[in-house]
Amino acid sequence: MHRPLEPVSYSTRIVLGISFFVLFFAAWSIATLGGYVSRTFLADPITMLHDGWMLLTRFGFLSDIGITVWRVVGGFVIAAAVAVPLGVLMGAYKPIEAFLEPFVSFARYLPASAFIPLLILWAGIGEMQKLLVIFIGSVFQIILMVAVAVGNTRRDLVEAAYTLGSSDRGIVNRVLIPANAPDIAEILRLVLGWAWTYVIVAELIGSSAGIGHMIIDSQALMATGQMIFGIIVIGIIGLISDFLFKACNRKLFPWKLA
Amino acid sequence: MTRTILTIENVSRTFPGVRGGAPVRALEPTSLEVAQNDFITILGPSGCGKSTLLRIVAGLDRPSGGRVLLDGREIKGPGADRGMVFQSYTLFPWLTIAENIAYGLREKGIPKSERRDIVASYTDKVGLRGFEHHYPKQLSGGMQQRTAIARALANDPAILLLDEPFGALDNQTRALMQELLLGIWERERKTVLFVTHDIEEAIFLASRVIVMTARPGRIKADIPVELPHPRHYTMKTSPEFSQLKAQLTEEIRAEALQADGAH
Repeated sequence: MHRPLEPVSYSTRIVLGISFFVLFFAAWSIATLGGYVSRTFLADPITMLHDGWMLLTRFGFLSDIGITVWRVVGGFVIAAAVAVPLGVLMGAYKPIEAFLEPFVSFARYLPASAFIPLLILWAGIGEMQKLLVIFIGSVFQIILMVAVAVGNTRRDLVEAAYTLGSSDRGIVNRVLIPANAPDIAEILRLVLGWAWTYVIVAELIGSSAGIGHMIIDSQALMATGQMIFGIIVIGIIGLISDFLFKACNRKLFPWKLA
Repeated sequence: MTRTILTIENVSRTFPGVRGGAPVRALEPTSLEVAQNDFITILGPSGCGKSTLLRIVAGLDRPSGGRVLLDGREIKGPGADRGMVFQSYTLFPWLTIAENIAYGLREKGIPKSERRDIVASYTDKVGLRGFEHHYPKQLSGGMQQRTAIARALANDPAILLLDEPFGALDNQTRALMQELLLGIWERERKTVLFVTHDIEEAIFLASRVIVMTARPGRIKADIPVELPHPRHYTMKTSPEFSQLKAQLTEEIRAEALQADGAH
């Protein structure tokens, strides 16, 4: 038996990780192909793959994927561009924090999905509205988490920098930001995951393209295979973006792993 | 007597009470004159306000009363003219050893080529050649503190402040670090203010030992150390050294007892 916190080897980790996927698909196959679950409600894996193939080759699902990815990335990049500097300022300067923190904490709990009807009124059902949903869903979270990270910077590092002649500006640019850059990257990775939820909800409600739109269309056709395929595609994209983010962080912050 | 570089005038520090408690007097009004090129160790029991005094000189803490003058100018805040080495490891973890040593020079806007020369010379002086491109995490505690000393010295401060810099190191490393620091001082004659609670360390390094009382701290004794330079570690067993040690042990013991009784 394994002891608490005892590490596993790399190969064991891979085998264990894959075996859960295998088990999952096996259980799903037994439930559907074995006839325990009605095909009307849950397609079997083979139908799902077949439907997925049809979607990709015949119905231009790739462009739907492209549009969804574009929306997430677009909304998220705008949110990050606004939120990271604000978060850094809030963490660094306590008056700014006192001014913004109560509102941001409040706004953070406003569900982005509940804004969708309002945003449709304001911005129609075009791209602007999708970007806004993701923006609203992400921006407050990022601001707050970055502010907390920056506010928790080791004081002794800041003091050391002062005794080495850093100006206040130097402290922000050459201590607070580099010290927290890996944490900020990690925050962005986390929030990007949430942004995926917002985009799909936005596409389910008012959209003419995108993965969410395909899923809601498939519902009307009772095409559960397509719906599941859509959901799995989202999962795979999430996995890929996570992987890319982690690889980037390793490359950008070697000192963290040194 | 050489000229006075640092003047501490009636500096006191009272910390406000926590949660409505009574304010804590950490430092009684204290005065001290530091001559250029002096190596002064400030010796006292834990919590005697010696670190507070050093932080006030560094400009990281404000005195409740009195003032500190460096070269005749009152200290208003931290600055590059007072280099500091902390007890905790304060190297910037995202910078390599060379980049850490160059940090202050970069903040000053010194051109890159000049920076490289200064960094190379200090990397040599603290014996870290070959580790320039390592990150702090990859180095032992002693090597990190050596880098911290080099980082402070590279800035060419008027005075070097050290706050129990070897406190977290094991005994053997600590002894080596003392020799290294003393060697640098003997060659470069920097003015040094060194806070410690280790009696042997205080004597071995200092040209003057300042003994502080238990909280609230004030200066109890000011003892010149006339041991010749260069000093070798074998000096720690000489009769003169032992006599000084016995004298300081007595001074400190009384304070430690009092501090202990106060709790």
